[in-house]
Amino acid sequence: MAEQTRKMAFICSKGDLDMAYPALIMGWAALGVGVDVTIFFTFWGLDLIRKSRVDNLQLAPVGNTSMRTGMMGFPFDIGIPQIVGVLPGMTAFATALMKGKMKKLDVPPVREMLEMLHDAGAKLYACKMTVDMAGLKKEDFLEVVDDIVTATDFIEMTEGAQIVFI
Amino acid sequence: MPVRTIGSLQVEVDGEGYLVNPQDWTPEIAKAFAQEEGIALTDRHWEVINFVRKFYEENGQSPTIRQITVGAGIPTKDLFKLFPGGPAKKVARIAGVPKPAGCI
Repeated sequence: MAEQTRKMAFICSKGDLDMAYPALIMGWAALGVGVDVTIFFTFWGLDLIRKSRVDNLQLAPVGNTSMRTGMMGFPFDIGIPQIVGVLPGMTAFATALMKGKMKKLDVPPVREMLEMLHDAGAKLYACKMTVDMAGLKKEDFLEVVDDIVTATDFIEMTEGAQIVFI
Repeated sequence: MPVRTIGSLQVEVDGEGYLVNPQDWTPEIAKAFAQEEGIALTDRHWEVINFVRKFYEENGQSPTIRQITVGAGIPTKDLFKLFPGGPAKKVARIAGVPKPAGCI
C-alpha cells in the first residue's frame, strides 16, 4: 500500500464506567478498519487498567444531568433531583443499570474490551507521572498494558496521529 | 454503479469495491477480492468467510468483528492476522456482504 496507515491515539483521563467506554469502542472500531491505535491512561483513567479497579468501575448519578427517569425504564422522562443521587446505593444502582444496558447490546465488560484491543494490536500505556503519584507498580496493572511511559514518550510515539482526549 | 468482470462473471460493485448485490457472490469473487487485498485464502480464511455468508443469510446483516470471533470461535488475534489491516472491512468485502453496521 502506497498510502500511510492512519494513526489514532486516545488519552483516557477518567475512571468512571461511562467514561471508560468511548475510547475502547472508538479504538476497537478504528482497529477494525485498519487504523493504528494507541491508548494512554492517565490520572483517573489508570483505574481502567488497574487489576483491583477494572471490574469495579462505577457510574455516579450525582452531578450528571443526563441521568433521567427515562433511562431507568420509566415511561416518562424527567430529571432526577440531585439529592436523590446522593442517597446510599444510588451509585451502585446507576452502575448496575448501565452494565445491564451494555450487556443487552452485547458490549463486553471493560476488562474484556481491553483484551480485545490488545489482541487486535492496540498499544496500551500507563502514564508514568500518575503511576508514581498513586504509588503504583507495573504489577498493579493488567497484563495487556504494554508499558509505563512518560508524557514525552507518548507524544513522540504518536507523531502524526489524530489525538482524542477523554 | 461500476461493473467489474471477474473470470466469466460480471458483477456490480460500489465505489469502495463492495458487491452491490450479495447474491452475486461466488467463491471465485472471494479469491479475486482477497488477492487484491494481498491475502491468499486458506481453510481458516474460508471458515470466516463461510460463517459471514451464513450469518448474513440468516440475519440480513453483516456480522461485526466480535460476532465473528464469538460466533465462529476464532480468537481476535487470529482474525486480525488472517485479515491484516482492518478485518471489519476486508472480511465483508471478500465475503461479498455490506460493511457491518455495529460498532463492536
